Amino acid sequence: MKRALLIVATVLAVFGIFGCAQGGGEIKIGGVGPVTGEAATFGVSTKMGCQMAVDEWNAAGGLLGKQIKLIYADDKGEPAEGATVWNKLIQQDKVVAIVGTVMSKVSLAGAPISQAAGIPMISPTSTNTKVTEVGDYIFRACFIDPFQGTVGAKFAWDDLGARKAAAIFDVGNDYTKGLSEAFRDKFLALGGEMVAFEAHPTGATDFKAQLTKIVQAMPDVVYVSDYYNDVALIAKQIRELGYTGPLVGGDGWDSPELTAIGGAAVENGFFTNHYSKDDTRPVVKEFVAKFKAKFGSEPDALATLAYDAMYLMLTGIKQAGSTEGAKIKDALAGISLDVVSGRVQFDASRNPVKSAVIIEIKGGQQVYRTTVNP
Amino acid sequence: MEYKPVLQTLKRIGSWIVFPLLSVGDIVGRKTGRNMPRLTLAALGIYLYIYVLGSTGVFNGYVMHIINLSLIYVALAASLNLINGITGQFSLGHMGFAAVGAYVSGTFTTLLFKLNPSVPGAYLVFVGAIVAGGVAAALMGVLIGFPSLRLKGDYLAIVTLGFGEIIRTILNNISYVGGPRGLLGIPKFSNFTIIFAAAFLTILVIRNLVHSSHGRAFLAIRENELAAELAGIDTTRYKVLSFAIGAGFAGVAGGLFAHLLQMAHPTQYGFMGSVMVLIMVYAGGVGSLTGSIIAAFSLTFLSEGLRGVLDGLGELTNLPLGDLRMVIYALLLILIMLFRTEGLMGNKESKLLMLPEDKR
Repeated sequence: MKRALLIVATVLAVFGIFGCAQGGGEIKIGGVGPVTGEAATFGVSTKMGCQMAVDEWNAAGGLLGKQIKLIYADDKGEPAEGATVWNKLIQQDKVVAIVGTVMSKVSLAGAPISQAAGIPMISPTSTNTKVTEVGDYIFRACFIDPFQGTVGAKFAWDDLGARKAAAIFDVGNDYTKGLSEAFRDKFLALGGEMVAFEAHPTGATDFKAQLTKIVQAMPDVVYVSDYYNDVALIAKQIRELGYTGPLVGGDGWDSPELTAIGGAAVENGFFTNHYSKDDTRPVVKEFVAKFKAKFGSEPDALATLAYDAMYLMLTGIKQAGSTEGAKIKDALAGISLDVVSGRVQFDASRNPVKSAVIIEIKGGQQVYRTTVNP
Repeated sequence: MEYKPVLQTLKRIGSWIVFPLLSVGDIVGRKTGRNMPRLTLAALGIYLYIYVLGSTGVFNGYVMHIINLSLIYVALAASLNLINGITGQFSLGHMGFAAVGAYVSGTFTTLLFKLNPSVPGAYLVFVGAIVAGGVAAALMGVLIGFPSLRLKGDYLAIVTLGFGEIIRTILNNISYVGGPRGLLGIPKFSNFTIIFAAAFLTILVIRNLVHSSHGRAFLAIRENELAAELAGIDTTRYKVLSFAIGAGFAGVAGGLFAHLLQMAHPTQYGFMGSVMVLIMVYAGGVGSLTGSIIAAFSLTFLSEGLRGVLDGLGELTNLPLGDLRMVIYALLLILIMLFRTEGLMGNKESKLLMLPEDKR
């Protein structure tokens, strides 16, 4: 028994040595993302975005006269790991704010801990509406699921001139279901007609039954809110059935794999996204150039949103003039800032009110088409 | 937090609380010739020790959180050990039972009663909900037990694997409990006290069970099912019983897990979760409860300790060592299994968890 206690004490001592090295004149900010696990590429991009924002601020003299230290932790894309990481950052590392994390389910495990401890957090890419409903310390840098559907409907009505629309979605996935429902509601509100609204089961590879129904209803536009791998298959099959009109979707389309699998079938396709690297605004051009110089690759949406989230958080702390959670939270609530993914202001439920870009698939490339304001 | 005063406090509290309790337990144990007082008082001592350190802030919320997680894993690993190690069946769907417990108790506290932890009496309802979750999981164990326990070895493993996936898919499709979004907004009821109590109870019940006539039947089935049947043991009945008890405790652990994280998500209870518990059982030693306890603690602490150590080393050497955490974790697991194939404890038991006359 004594030996067991000794072992426990040793383990804790190791913890103590490495966990508690206190830095003096630093402001610590936590970053969280899934660096390992099923969403590892998302976590790596998020880390790059956070690091870049922190490095820029440090080079420009830091924050409140101090240097910023980013403590980035891996959540493996698992809620349990997320809760542990949140406890570590807040209790052990004593960070003043947290930027994270990617997946909504993990953010939902971290948010109650942030809220209870009074440590503000901004999730860069958790689109589930419930995340910020946890409390007034929880913000996000991306738009929420229903917004994309609304923007997609507006684009289909205004720019594509569609009057009859159809939609297909995955019944077992809240993201695609939510997008399609928001699209339908907005399209009907604009005065359009939904001629088909078809669900397919999760993991399906043959969509012919639903698509035949859609094609027979002769829509002007088909809304496909699935992820890129399903979108590519749906596009191929609907083209085989003779449909040549436009396809519209959400940010689940954002992957090089889309054109690699879909080929010519995804041409005449449009999707809503957080930002486009071809946007001509100077802030975007500057960001893309700096990112390329630093990491040697083009920033994806996750890196961009992480950069924006970190930038918003640091600006919030600067405006608060303090590292107190309550003051940072109030400063963030009143913020109005031009970041890479657009102008950000937070609404009453701490979601950003910002514009979305429409990207067109043209010649196998993602081409910036237009910016749609809410 | 400096490192020397921490050790001093650890020692001081140890000598004030733990060792007196242990020696009282020792005296009582020797007088009565039984091990129960020793075990109970040792557990009480450890509980008080950690509780005092936690409430005085020597252990911060992070360390307490890891201890809580470890204790939940103790309950999960010990209950799986009853099925896999003691009865010799191979279950791959243990997290499925934990999911039943998590969702049933979460439904009671969150959706039906909308409990608020600050309301007096809410805690009792919560404990009731946890028990209900355990009972539901045990029933589920019986339910899958009857048709499938006539199978052996690999075939049983595949059936239990399928069962775990079925539970996950069903949860994904019930929108009342959140579907693919998960059951959210669960109040935070789980604390160190109740989690410790549940883990202790799991260990205690399984320990006593092993030493009862039922336990002898379990062990007989593990050693040789045919011989057990010839000796007059109703093997199907005992296998179902083992499954039901193991599943029940897994359900309790699942319920506490959900009320610790304040959410339950179908993906948490998938195949990989079950494998994690399985690893703990095998790394600790099949059939050894002591091994399950040690493995649950050391693997949970290892995963977090590596984070601190690697980040610290990474900062000193300026290398991205932190990203290698899971690689090193996996390597260490491989090393354990290579050099101690029988697990950390083999099939040995701590003296505390045996009967006095049972000395090996």
